[in-house]
Amino acid sequence: MAIKTFSVSTLPGFTATAVIVFVALYLPILTLVAYSFNASQSVAIWGGFSWDWYIKAWNNDAVKDATVRSLLIAVCAAVISTAVATMAALGTTRRKAFKGQTFIYVMINQPLMVPEIVTAVSLLILFGMVKQVTGIQGIGYVIFAHAAFCIPFAYLPIRARLEGMDLTLETAAADLYASPWQTFRHVTLPILLPGVIAGAMLAFVISLDDVVITEFTKSGGQDTLPTYMLGQMRRQLTPEINAISSMLLALTIVLLTAFFLLTRKND
Amino acid sequence: MSQLNAVEARHAVKAFGQGDNAVRALNDVSVEIRKGEFFTLLGPSGCGKTTLLRLIAGFEMPTSGTILLEGADITYLPPNKRPVNTVFQSYALFPHLTVAQNIGFGLEMQGRPKAEVKATVDRMLALVKLEAMAGRKTSQLSGGQQQRVALARALAPSPKVLLLDEPLSALDLKLRREMQSELKRLQTETGITFIFVTHDQEEALTMSDRIGVMSAGKLQQVGTPREIYTRPLNRFVASFIGETNFVPATSDGSTLTVAGGYQMPAPAATKSGAVTVTVRPEQVKLTPTAEPGTLPATVRGVVYMGTDMNYQLHLADGTEIEACVVSDVTGEAALAAGQTVGVTFTPGSLQVLED
Repeated sequence: MAIKTFSVSTLPGFTATAVIVFVALYLPILTLVAYSFNASQSVAIWGGFSWDWYIKAWNNDAVKDATVRSLLIAVCAAVISTAVATMAALGTTRRKAFKGQTFIYVMINQPLMVPEIVTAVSLLILFGMVKQVTGIQGIGYVIFAHAAFCIPFAYLPIRARLEGMDLTLETAAADLYASPWQTFRHVTLPILLPGVIAGAMLAFVISLDDVVITEFTKSGGQDTLPTYMLGQMRRQLTPEINAISSMLLALTIVLLTAFFLLTRKND
Repeated sequence: MSQLNAVEARHAVKAFGQGDNAVRALNDVSVEIRKGEFFTLLGPSGCGKTTLLRLIAGFEMPTSGTILLEGADITYLPPNKRPVNTVFQSYALFPHLTVAQNIGFGLEMQGRPKAEVKATVDRMLALVKLEAMAGRKTSQLSGGQQQRVALARALAPSPKVLLLDEPLSALDLKLRREMQSELKRLQTETGITFIFVTHDQEEALTMSDRIGVMSAGKLQQVGTPREIYTRPLNRFVASFIGETNFVPATSDGSTLTVAGGYQMPAPAATKSGAVTVTVRPEQVKLTPTAEPGTLPATVRGVVYMGTDMNYQLHLADGTEIEACVVSDVTGEAALAAGQTVGVTFTPGSLQVLED
């Protein structure tokens, strides 16, 4: 006879709880996507199927402008934060454990712990001072802010990948006449690559999605897709918002699926 | 003449840690390893054998002392500048490369021409009988196949010395036996000096031209397997390699009195006074009765071991020893527990220990 062990699935109400949780998670999203095909003007009353809102959104110059800006910021932020995160991960794992290692981890992951609104306000104040002194304007401030808070999201998958990597591999490369640079180029980096790509995609998605920090650091006419949508909410709400959200969702799903496949292949 | 030596360590010391907490993994080790020989560093874990290997490979620098390769000082040369390759205990195969790419890695890093790399890789694949696996990823191979890739990878650049760090410890017994003869064959075919690290005394005895026995950061004895087995210098070497008996004896410089009764001529340069002698169980001879000239002993126990019969004996002076006798056709013990027997030793089989 098998020994009975504790299992949550035998608790009363387990199935009901699970169903409620999944409904709460997915019903709003499903509704959003469904109503993006709504032919009526209202976001709440169904008026038949149509592609109209997608076409409207596609032809809306403000949406186009915000989308291009969002993608630009996300790509720049992902590239910068991934480069920094890769160096940080190499610096914290490819060596023997050192004093203050945990402290360094916490320092790197600061954006995960400090409330976003605090970071946003502090950036607003700092950037205001910098703009006053230098007179420099532009999108660079938003990119800088995004790159900074994306670092931990890029860092975590890269570090996980590095920690699973046998330190002996680099010793073996050195033993086989590889210089330190050749070792990095031919052994460390190729093995690390799935982690780097995963980190970059995660950073990209996080940047693409950000509202709070963007809202505080952008100047006039620098709307990203999320801040544009937020602005629209204050006026008239049409299923165009649903259509934009659905497209954003589709892009995110594609990226996160790729992220999942890449990190799963590790083992 | 140092020109004959592939590798030489002179007074190598390696300390880990600082000040009072420092541990000497290697404590003044000097050894000469000849060109083309299969040399084994044998010892229990923590004896410093792997540390010595890492000094030769260049993964560690000694705290003091010198490492020479064919007479040239390589003590502080980085590993990628040493014509020495290593087979790692964990194999450390590159998971992102194919079998052929793994084997060609060293040659590629040396910048050898493509055609030469390919030719050498093909030759190595044939040498370790893995031609069919050239395009596979290393994770698709069995443990024994991975082992052979690791060997081929380390041999491909034709190193002056091949270092093997317990490479067989992860394999099961049958595969280990196969790889032992495979290694020996590769060493003979390539003529490369092999330095093999193991804690397995049987492995050391069967494969090596010479063995260096290590303990507590020191080299205890260097010699051929036969010398190490039959002429151990001290108690550690005698007990680490095979089964053995320790018997107290006294010496007057010319005659050795063993266990208070048995007399034999003392080997040259035996110090006078109380000494310890060692004798292998298979060199202990038994007679059914305690005849004159033999040591009387009581049989304490009899263990049937298949090919051998193992007798536990209690000598008159209180020493316990074991005798190992080849079983007869019936497998019946010739002597019974409680019986008094006579003990003698094969002439020349007694070895006086230094300590």
